[in-house]
Amino acid sequence: MVGLVLVSHSAGLAAEAAALARGIAGEDAPVAAAGGTADGGLGTSLDLIEAAVRDVDRGVGVVIIPDLGSSVLTARLLEEDGRVVVADVPFVEGAIAAAVAAGAGAPLADVLEAAEEARAFRKL
Amino acid sequence: METALFVAWFEECARLVRADRDRLTRLDAAIGDADHGTNLDRGFTEVLKALADSAPGSEAEVLTTAGATLIRRVGGASGPLYGSLFRQMGKALESPVTLAAFAAAFEEGVVAVERLGKAALGDKTMVDALAPASRALALAVRDGVGVRQALDQAARAAAEGSKATIPMQARKGRASYLGERSIGHEDPGAASATLIMAALAGVAG
Repeated sequence: MVGLVLVSHSAGLAAEAAALARGIAGEDAPVAAAGGTADGGLGTSLDLIEAAVRDVDRGVGVVIIPDLGSSVLTARLLEEDGRVVVADVPFVEGAIAAAVAAGAGAPLADVLEAAEEARAFRKL
Repeated sequence: METALFVAWFEECARLVRADRDRLTRLDAAIGDADHGTNLDRGFTEVLKALADSAPGSEAEVLTTAGATLIRRVGGASGPLYGSLFRQMGKALESPVTLAAFAAAFEEGVVAVERLGKAALGDKTMVDALAPASRALALAVRDGVGVRQALDQAARAAAEGSKATIPMQARKGRASYLGERSIGHEDPGAASATLIMAALAGVAG
């Protein structure tokens, strides 16, 4: 399965978004949270993101979903063509769409596409 | 320009950032999230530790070590941005490090920052200080100016570029959410980039 890493400035937000995504997509979906700095503050830690990518990597690709600012910039440093991809999608909606697709065994391109569709999803 | 000069550059960066930590944080409080000074102070302190621990053997290694440390330790957007600047400079730097080689590597570093942050001149970011500094270095190389004078000109161009961000409206980062309210404040990233260029001019003297 494609792995998913949720990167937020806040450890709590990343952890809860990951829990929500797993709750909806199923526990099998490899979803990891990498929120906050290494010492628990608000911000981004390359080390935490790298560890999370290793954690969810099943050999068929990893999608990183950042929230904003330094999360996006730091995540982009880990991009590897066809292996580690950063998705430009809304944090919660994109995470859930990607987790559902990943949990269903979709390949990397389809997981990304599912996440991208979340951007145009209208609530009303 | 030798390895010791590059180590001295980061020592001076750490000193200037610490001395101006509260000013950077105040600038960031106006239009950002009020952590730029503390983040960079922590980052450059970690850079000095990393340089002491790894005792890099070349100019390029000093730069890549500093870049990697900033990426890992800063925690805010300036970490990956300055980290990319120094890492890309390290990758591009040719030996022996003449002014021309340095200017070329610096330009590649600035391009890496522009690409990662998707920022251009006028967006009210560190690019508004870094790009003029890079242009000043290129002109100095063209005119055959000596190293010290070239770095002075680059530092001055960075300072002028940073001051020029005051009337700008931010188009990147947290400040962009403020819209017109970002006008009238110097960009903290441009201000810290000015310190970094001043540090280099200072140690080359």
